[in-house]
Amino acid sequence: MMTTDRRGLILGGAALLTVPATVRAQGTTAGGQGAVIDITKARTDPIPIAVPALAGGGRGADIARVIQANLRNSGLFRPVDNAAFIQSAEAAAATPRFQDWRVIGANALVTGRVEDSGGRLRVEFRLWDVLPEQQIQGTAFTAPAAQWRRIAHLISDVIYERLLGEKGYFDTRIVYVAESGPRDRRTRRLAIMDQDGENNRFLTDGSFQVLSPRFHPNAQQIVFMSYFQNQPRVYLFDLNSGSSRVLGSFPGMTLSPRFSPDGRTVVLSYATGGDANIYAVDAGSGAQRQLTSGGGLDVSPCYSPDGSQIVFNSDRGGDQQIYVMSAGGGGARRISFGRGRYATPVWSPRGDLIAFTRISGGQFGIGVMRPDGSGERILSEGWGMEGPTFAPNGRVLAFYRESRASGARGEGYSARLAQIDIAGFNERQMVTPTDATDPSWSPLLA
Amino acid sequence: MNVKILAALGAIALLSACSNEDQNAAATGAGGSGGLAGAGGSGMGSARPGSQEDLVANVGDRVLFDTDSSQVRADGRDVLQRQAAWLARYPQVTVYMEGHADERGTREYNLALGQRRANNARDLLVAGGVSGQRIQTVSYGKDRPAALGSDEASWAQNRRAVTTVR
Repeated sequence: MMTTDRRGLILGGAALLTVPATVRAQGTTAGGQGAVIDITKARTDPIPIAVPALAGGGRGADIARVIQANLRNSGLFRPVDNAAFIQSAEAAAATPRFQDWRVIGANALVTGRVEDSGGRLRVEFRLWDVLPEQQIQGTAFTAPAAQWRRIAHLISDVIYERLLGEKGYFDTRIVYVAESGPRDRRTRRLAIMDQDGENNRFLTDGSFQVLSPRFHPNAQQIVFMSYFQNQPRVYLFDLNSGSSRVLGSFPGMTLSPRFSPDGRTVVLSYATGGDANIYAVDAGSGAQRQLTSGGGLDVSPCYSPDGSQIVFNSDRGGDQQIYVMSAGGGGARRISFGRGRYATPVWSPRGDLIAFTRISGGQFGIGVMRPDGSGERILSEGWGMEGPTFAPNGRVLAFYRESRASGARGEGYSARLAQIDIAGFNERQMVTPTDATDPSWSPLLA
Repeated sequence: MNVKILAALGAIALLSACSNEDQNAAATGAGGSGGLAGAGGSGMGSARPGSQEDLVANVGDRVLFDTDSSQVRADGRDVLQRQAAWLARYPQVTVYMEGHADERGTREYNLALGQRRANNARDLLVAGGVSGQRIQTVSYGKDRPAALGSDEASWAQNRRAVTTVR
């Protein structure tokens, strides 16, 4: 972690001058050398940070509240209680009195100002290192006033990146399956929301079932499975136009789709004749290429971030295990060797880990292992959970957790989204208006 | 001037549904999977011949599977033989063969497992003389259970292939 130096939050970098508030975030990013979070320390020392309301009234307090929530929910920051603040937000925005922030235990301070001119917001923010009394970052954002939440998320990402040395994940969305009604007549709709649960919208009306939505790398398309006209097939959905189309020309069921890192290809499973095999389908032309064949159920494929390999789930050896093969097919080797069945593998955007679902001893668990199968760790376990998806920085997993029905009519069953740090701490339930399954985390939107 | 401008975010406006074609379509077939188990069900002598009710009451609409297995058991083979004979009597009837799984597996794998169960049941109908053209397989995995409890008795009911009249 980059916060161990008692003199300040940033190690090693050149002296950060107090710069005008118009410096863009990328311009002053602190190197990135050695910018690796020590996951064993993350649990013990969240960074105390003060985020008073931005000055200027209007959305200033709302933006600060969203930033505080983002940072707190990451488990890596501890926002100082507003009630402890000594210096007023307005005064701090003009000139921070560092002693006032030091004495309440803040190592970092965020100040800023909001100007609303005719429906457009201009938001200046500064990030301060309280102990050496230095500005770390100064940035201004402008956006339509209705987009004030995105500004708060972008500021949160800048804070995260400057203090932790790696990209954040706050300016992102989650697409998922919103579920309602009894389980034997469930309504399942595509839904999308900001990563903090705000701005929830339903993308389909529930007249046909949907499963397994996944984002395109540009976050403007979603690939998913639908039972439209009772034919389970993979579709592409365009968020801009709202239109959808079938992907490929398979005579039977296609399922478990996922985009390649360059977005040009969808890898999916085609189930026919009692088998299920992995295919790569060109997202534009629909041209399809078979990658596995024969003798088993091969499902849930996912590319490595460099696009050279595919991890997938197969029962070819007798029960469900995880295999890795080349992206062109061939060379499949099993990587899961622990106790139980392994499923739903997803490759971290950082490339260093594969997350999975494990079913063992009547329990479901979410875990991670290295791409060679070593270093397996179970992060969370319970009666039912599956379907991990990585935040774009590879630091957080979202998944869904089910509670066991207590009665014969399904009473007590629920399905909710959850997220957890890949170090195995800070598991939180995510807020959705209905039951929710199959989350997929978008890339950073900006 | 290094002010970061947020691009035209309004372009992300989300429509509430798929294409009009999708919206206007009929709801997907709910099938008969929510009904009571047909094998051994008490007689519904008044059911219209060749109907789903007739199949359920007088033949049995479903076969059950062991955990993680897609092999049709001996009792299931008997049911499918009776179904083949019933379908021979009503040559105008076409059916879905729905494959299902219990909730103790992952969703995507269970979709493929349900498809394999449906396919094996279909193959036995074909072996019994039914034209494959009359049978369309579809899998719902663990997502359309017949029994809603979280217990072995419910799971045994949910590992099934169900024949439903289209």
